[in-house]
Amino acid sequence: MSAKKYEERNEKSREGRRSHLLRKWMLIGVALTFLGLFIFLPLIVVFSEATSKGFELYLLALTEPDALSAIKLTLITAAIAVPLNTVFGVLAAWAIAKFEFKGKNILITLIDIPFAVSPVIAGLVFVLLFGSQGLLGPFLEANNIKVIFGIPGIVLATVFITFPFVVRELIPIMQEQGTDEEEAALTLGANGWQMFFRVTLPNIKWGLLYGMILCNARAMGEFGAVSVVSGHIRGLTNTLPLHVEILYNEYNFTAAFAVASLLALLALVTLVIKSFVEWRSEKLRSE
Amino acid sequence: MRNTSKRHLLPGFGISMGFTMVYLSLIVLIPISVLFLKASTLSLSDFWQTVSDERVIASFKVTFSSSLIAALVNTVFGTLIAWVLVRYHFWGKRVVDALVDLPFALPTAVAGIALTAIYAPNGWIGQFFEPLGIKIAFSQLGITIALIFIGLPFVVRSVQPVLQDFDAQYEEAASTLGANSFQIFMKIILPAITPALLTGFALAFARALGEYGSVVFISGNMPMKTEIVPLLIITKLEQFDYAGAAAIATVMLLISFLLLFLINFWQWKQAKKHRAVKGV
Repeated sequence: MSAKKYEERNEKSREGRRSHLLRKWMLIGVALTFLGLFIFLPLIVVFSEATSKGFELYLLALTEPDALSAIKLTLITAAIAVPLNTVFGVLAAWAIAKFEFKGKNILITLIDIPFAVSPVIAGLVFVLLFGSQGLLGPFLEANNIKVIFGIPGIVLATVFITFPFVVRELIPIMQEQGTDEEEAALTLGANGWQMFFRVTLPNIKWGLLYGMILCNARAMGEFGAVSVVSGHIRGLTNTLPLHVEILYNEYNFTAAFAVASLLALLALVTLVIKSFVEWRSEKLRSE
Repeated sequence: MRNTSKRHLLPGFGISMGFTMVYLSLIVLIPISVLFLKASTLSLSDFWQTVSDERVIASFKVTFSSSLIAALVNTVFGTLIAWVLVRYHFWGKRVVDALVDLPFALPTAVAGIALTAIYAPNGWIGQFFEPLGIKIAFSQLGITIALIFIGLPFVVRSVQPVLQDFDAQYEEAASTLGANSFQIFMKIILPAITPALLTGFALAFARALGEYGSVVFISGNMPMKTEIVPLLIITKLEQFDYAGAAAIATVMLLISFLLLFLINFWQWKQAKKHRAVKGV
């Protein structure tokens, strides 16, 4: 039931109106207080603490070499993890949504594993696999390849953590669209690629964008998993969230919050794009 | 059934399925199985000794009780927030609605230091509780607050669509028959949203169990008191006790899998019921 209809119905009688209004503003008050304390206030704190010692210090914290290298590493990580998981997401969603096969529910559950696993455990499994005492440790050491405490480990852990984002967005959309349009294209003589780029992709583009944005936000912001595999070498294997932690633990609060504000800004941009995509697909559906 | 007869028409099943299985195995399945492999190098008694260690048990208690309380608080307030967002108009509602997802988008480390700045003894809110002898940050209360932050959107986003689709006729019928608002909520709305509530609760709880980034800053990390399980795993790793870390992680992982299985089973059952009702 829409908010409008609900409010209209409750406002029919004067008595009903008064108790309805009272209840309405009480509930809104409680909801906003709760959200304010737990969600909005942390956001305000980040920006306020970041700029508390003036704008110059704020900019300095963001432009010192260690911060810049952390920004660079974070961008590199996302630039690898997001495309990889996007390609996987499209292919897996295609197989799962458009075809019937045995064990589909099991496959979907397996794909969800990274959502259920603690980030720390995600980091741990790669240490057990590639660390110096790990399964492949001796082999990697002999060939002078560094995965753990290096960039490959950070990328791997991030790929693992952000693994389900795109595919989970795409499966319901592709399922809802069925196979009729693709079959029509094929019947009319399109080949597989033409079908995909002219029929499937336009149909899923908003959902795909949505999944990629969430994937990107998590890739740039992941802390636990990356923290386990990174080794925290300043200027070398520090991503932005790890840089925040180091600054914070050195009691350099202003700088920590300055770097954190970059990540908070990223979160806000993510939410804006997310709302826009939701608004677009809602409009498409009602048309 | 229609899809089955037509499925050979569409191309790409072999290659997409093949890629999915290879990628899934390389990124997820093989690494996870290495964890079980490592844990299995311990003898059963060693495994038990590691897992039943006093400090480990204490961290399990802290993690589980905080996660449970946070998920319960989120279930109550998440439902209330979903209700307000679906049923009422007010200024700025769109922005509030969008910001509910902030915990999904904000990196956990950022949330962690921000919450600490608020609830520390000299923090924005913490300073008012300090004279009363109430310590929020660096206690289990702080851990719970961080987990409330992390889990809230799960409940709101589970309940919101169900409330949106809820048919008003039932409420109107009940109201005509003389039911008051409380009765309508308890007898009509609550049963309808219970499956969504359970899903939201389970998702928030599962997420809270494994949460690390937002908790480590606010918890104070005192062994036996405010040490969470993920932190203990890291501590073991730093002491190069890989098998010990793997043993604790295995227990956590099995619990997570159980929850994941329950959630997916629950959602699958709901979808089936939904389809049956709609006659699809």
